[in-house]
Amino acid sequence: MSKPTAKSKSKTPPKSAAVPAPSDPTAAGAAAYADAQGEMIQLIAPDGTVTQPERLPDVSIRLRLYHLMRRARHFDERAWVLYRTGRMGVFPPYGGMEASQVGTAAALTPDDWLFPTYRDTGAALTYGLPLAQTIAYWRTSPHGWAMPENLKVLPFYIPIATQYPHAVGAALAERRRGTRNVAMAYIGDGGSSEGDFHEALNFAGALNAPCVFILQNNGWAISVPTRSQTRATNLSRRAEGYGIPGVRVDGNDVLATYRVTAEAVQRARDGEGPTLIETVTYRVKPHTVADDPSRYRTAEDTAGWDARDPVLRLRAHLLAEGHLTEEADAEITREIEAEFEEALRVADAYPEPTPAEILDHVFAEPTPQLVRQRAQILAEEGA
Amino acid sequence: MTATPSPTQTKTLTTKTMTMVAAINDALALALERDPAVHIFGEDVGVMGGVFRATDGLQARFGAERVFDTPLAEAGIVGMGIGMGLAGLKPVAEIQFAGFLYPALDQVLSHLGRYRHRTRSRYHLPMVVRAPYGGGVHTPEQHADSPEAILAHTPGVKVVIPSTPADAKGLLLAAIEDPDPVFFFEAIKLYRSLKEEVPEGHYTIPLGKARVVTAGDDVTVITYGGMVEVAQKAADAARAHGIGVEVIDLRTLVPLDTETILASVQKTGRVVIVTEAPRTNGFHSEISATIAEEAIEYLRSPIVRVTGFDAPYPPFTSIEDVYRPNPVRVAKAIRQVMAY
Ligand SMILES: Cc1ncc(C[n+]2csc(CCOP(=O)(O)OP(=O)(O)O)c2C)c(N)n1
Ligand SMILES: [Mg+2]
Repeated sequence: MSKPTAKSKSKTPPKSAAVPAPSDPTAAGAAAYADAQGEMIQLIAPDGTVTQPERLPDVSIRLRLYHLMRRARHFDERAWVLYRTGRMGVFPPYGGMEASQVGTAAALTPDDWLFPTYRDTGAALTYGLPLAQTIAYWRTSPHGWAMPENLKVLPFYIPIATQYPHAVGAALAERRRGTRNVAMAYIGDGGSSEGDFHEALNFAGALNAPCVFILQNNGWAISVPTRSQTRATNLSRRAEGYGIPGVRVDGNDVLATYRVTAEAVQRARDGEGPTLIETVTYRVKPHTVADDPSRYRTAEDTAGWDARDPVLRLRAHLLAEGHLTEEADAEITREIEAEFEEALRVADAYPEPTPAEILDHVFAEPTPQLVRQRAQILAEEGA
Repeated sequence: MTATPSPTQTKTLTTKTMTMVAAINDALALALERDPAVHIFGEDVGVMGGVFRATDGLQARFGAERVFDTPLAEAGIVGMGIGMGLAGLKPVAEIQFAGFLYPALDQVLSHLGRYRHRTRSRYHLPMVVRAPYGGGVHTPEQHADSPEAILAHTPGVKVVIPSTPADAKGLLLAAIEDPDPVFFFEAIKLYRSLKEEVPEGHYTIPLGKARVVTAGDDVTVITYGGMVEVAQKAADAARAHGIGVEVIDLRTLVPLDTETILASVQKTGRVVIVTEAPRTNGFHSEISATIAEEAIEYLRSPIVRVTGFDAPYPPFTSIEDVYRPNPVRVAKAIRQVMAY
C-alpha cells in the first residue's frame, strides 16, 4: 500500500497552480500528510503510541471522545446502508474524518455557535444536534431544517464558504452582548479558495471576533487534489496573512484536534480573538454516496489512509493504557446501535410534509402573492 | 420529441443519436479543435470531466492547458475569464451549478456585460459561461435554481437555454463564436433524459431565433429549456381534445425573438407562458409585458403564466414536484385561456 512518508517530501511547487498532474493524482492527499508530519501537532501516533504525554486530555475526556467518535462513525455507516435501501437521501460521508470533526466540536458548549458544511454531520452530532433530526435532514424532510431552540447550530451549508463570514458576525454579536460564547465554522481545503473564506479571516482578525475556524484539509475537493487547489502546502499559514494564529494538527488524532481546539476556544473566550486550525485528514470515502472516485483516484491511495483510522487509533491507545476493555467497547457498540435505531423510529414517525409547505417560512407575514399562490396549490394539490 | 434542429450550416446530413450532455461535449470538442483561442475551465472539468460529464475526455484529448481545473472560487473563474477574454482568448467557463454562480455575480454585474460599453468597443468579451440549471431530479438544496432572469436583466449579456441535444450543440457553437458574453444554461433534467439525432460536424444555430416546436391555431405556449417537454406534453393532451396548441421554444432570452412570438399571438390570440423560475419578476413577466405592449389588440383572453413560486426551490424531495410546473398545470392554463 502507498507509504506516504516515502512519497515526495519535496515542496517543489507544481508547474502551474491551475494545472493538475493527472499522471499521479493519488499522491496528493498522502503527500500533503507527509509534508505535514514534521509540522503538525500530534499527541498519539497512528498505532496508538503516545507522542506527547504532557498534553493528553483527562481520561474521562478521552473516553468521551471515543464514545462520540464511535457514535459519529455509526451514523455514517448506517447512512450508507439506509441510502442503498432508499431510506436516506444523497449523503456526503465523513467516515475516516471523525477525529477532525468530533475533536473540534467537542470543545464547544451549546451556548457556542456551530456553522457546519454538508460534510460535517459528525461535528453537528457531537455538538448536540439530535440524531432523529439529523436523519430527517438527510432525508430532506423539513423537520431536519428546523433547528432546536436550545442550540445555536445552522442547517448544513451547501454553498461553499458562505458560512465563514456568518460565524464572524455571530461571534461579534456574542461579544457585543458581553458573553464569553464563541462561534465555530467548518470549511474544506477547496472551500478555502473562495473569497468568503479570506474575507472572514480578515474580518475576524480586524474586529477581534471570538471565532474558531476549522479548515478540514481532506486532500480532495470532489476530484481536485489539494495540491492543484493551491500552491500553498501548509494551509494553516494562511492565518499569518490576516495576523491571526494558525495551527496545523493531525486531523486523525482526536486528542490533538481536541487539545488545540480547546485552547483556541479558550483564547476566543478570553477576548484574544480568532484562530485558524487546519486539520490534516483524508476523504477516504467518495465525495457523496452517489460519487464514483475511480474516475480521479485509485483505491490504493485510500488504503494507505485506513492505517491511520482515527477511531482505531484512539481505541488502540485506550486499550493499551487499560482505560478501555473489550467488554466495555462491546457495551458502547450496543449503546450507540440502540440509540440510533430508536432515533430512526422517531424519524420514521415524522409526518410527511404537505404540498403547500413549500411556501411556508418565506416571510413572517406572507405577501399577498404568497397567499394567492398557497390557495392555488391547495386547489391543485389538495391539503 | 420532434427533432427540428434547423441548423444553418450543416455540411453533411450524417447524424448520430445523442443525449444533450453528449451533444454539448461534442460542441466543446469541435470548438477546441477549430479555434486554438478556446479554453475550457472550471471546477472538476479536467480529470473528472465535470460532475455531469459535459467535458468528459476533453483534457485527455486537448491537454491540461486548454482544459483545466481551477481552484474552487466562482468569482475567480468568471473574473479570470474576463481577463482572458480581454487578452484575446475565448474563455468557456463552467459553473458547476447555476445556484453556485452567486459568488461570481460581482464580476458578472460589475464587468462582464459592461466591457464593450465602457471601452467603446475597444475591448469586448467573447466569453461563454455554461451552467446546469433547474429542477426535477431531486438535487440537494440550491442545486435546482433557475436564475436566468438575473442574467437577462444584466445589460450586455446574452442568455441561451437549449431544450434539445441538436439545439444545444448548434447554439453552444454559436455562443462560443459570438463576440459578446453569453450565459448558456443547461437543464439538468434534460442532460440524459432525451436522445435525438444530432448532425455530425460543425453547425451553428443563430442566437435570437426561436423555434416553433409544434404549430397550432388556438393557443400559443411560450417556454424554453427544461419546460419545453412539459409544455409539449400538455399541448399533446390539448390536441387530443381538438385544441390547436402552438409551442414556441425561445432558445435564447437575450436576444429575444419577439417576431416569432408576436406572429403566433396574432394568429391565436391566447397565450400561456411556462417557466420553472420564481413567479415575481421572472422572464415570463418580460414576455407577458412585451405581448401586452405590442399585441394587446389581438388577445382574446388574459395571458396566463405557469411558473415556480415566490419561495426558494424546495430541497424537500417528497414535495419538490409541487414547485416545478408539470403538464397538468400547463393543460389547466390552456383550458383557462380557451374558456375565457
Ligand atoms: C459556491 C459553490 N461552488 C461549488 C459547489 C459544488 N461543490 C460541492 S462540494 C465541492 C468541493 C468542496 O471541497 P472541499 O471544500 O475540500 O470540501 P469537502 O467536500 O472535501 O469536504 C464543490 C465544488 C458548491 N456547493 N458551492
Ligand atoms: Mg476537501
